[in-house]
Amino acid sequence: MAKPRPLSPHLQVYRPQLTSVLSITHRVSGVVLTTGTITLAVWLTCVARGPEAFAVMALVVGHPLGQFVLFGYSVALFYHGMNGIRHLCWDLGFGLTIPEVYRSGYVVLGVTCGLTALLWFSVWF
Amino acid sequence: MAEFALPANSKMTKGQSHSAPANAKNVKTFQIYRWSPDDDANPRVDIFNIDLDACGPMVLDALIKIKSEQDSSLTFRRSCREGICGSCSMNIDGTNTLACLKSIDEVKGDVKIFPLPHMPVVKDLVPDLSNAYRQLTSIEPWLKSDKVAPEGEERRQSPEEREKLDGLWECVLCFSCSTACPSYWWNSDEYLGPAVLLQAYRWVADSRDDHTSERLDALDDSFALYRCHTIMNCAKTCPKGLNPGKAIASIKSELANR
Repeated sequence: MAKPRPLSPHLQVYRPQLTSVLSITHRVSGVVLTTGTITLAVWLTCVARGPEAFAVMALVVGHPLGQFVLFGYSVALFYHGMNGIRHLCWDLGFGLTIPEVYRSGYVVLGVTCGLTALLWFSVWF
Repeated sequence: MAEFALPANSKMTKGQSHSAPANAKNVKTFQIYRWSPDDDANPRVDIFNIDLDACGPMVLDALIKIKSEQDSSLTFRRSCREGICGSCSMNIDGTNTLACLKSIDEVKGDVKIFPLPHMPVVKDLVPDLSNAYRQLTSIEPWLKSDKVAPEGEERRQSPEEREKLDGLWECVLCFSCSTACPSYWWNSDEYLGPAVLLQAYRWVADSRDDHTSERLDALDDSFALYRCHTIMNCAKTCPKGLNPGKAIASIKSELANR
């Protein structure tokens, strides 16, 4: 009997490029947002439960590690929102040529950086 | 569930090395995927050093040179050598293209050549395309008209109607796009993939076809069509410069608007 055919390499050899990298980032940021939203719900519950619970949460969120998590959540939020608009445009039939896909991809990355910087600038200063 | 690592029988090992003639001045190194059904070995990557001064300009020229001078067992598909037959599609320098249209000069460093990604390998650079062809058959890629063809002349289209087929009819079915699509990698059992969906839209868009609604019904499926997440690797890699992603978006739009 012939031996089974191997599967040709895929992720192992395919060149990462803006198209695929922004797509997988969209999915990852979606997952981050889901877990982040649960955290947000816990935070709101603590607010509703009174000063003691809020104090605990404020401590957690104020900790450098908490701040780092919040920072990641904000990046995911802005990226997913901006790239979501890009997807809506595509679904309406706009911007589907490769030069447009690249231009809108860089715009999404730029706007994500800009909005994140603006948010954290207003938080810390 | 998507399997990101290669199965045990598909992991690649280091292969043999073939050197260029001693007097060669312009040597380029090619790394080429090899696998034979005739022994028990895993796939390997062989190294071929060739003299570019004695070779044509395209990657296909190099493959033919290697086959005739260094290793006659090297197996690949090729026919027209001018981008019309779609036979020599493979993964070169990290993206899928036709070996006959890919200039060796475009590749910096070693030229790495693999079969079309995430496909069963028949031998070396020859993938098994049976599933892709089965999927193509499933969309019934032929004219379905209820009208009898006019006697002695073609079925007429206005220039505007004909123009809608531009960017669709040129596809040579090399499947570079489908095998560049991560969504097709993980779901090729049900997702039709960009090449077949572009063909599907080619018949949806044809003014002479009377079965548009029936064709759209068949495509309206969460896996067959909607596994497309607009990643756009398809349009990025198409060696003919076509845009399967846009064709798929057009099918989605036709479905949403009817």
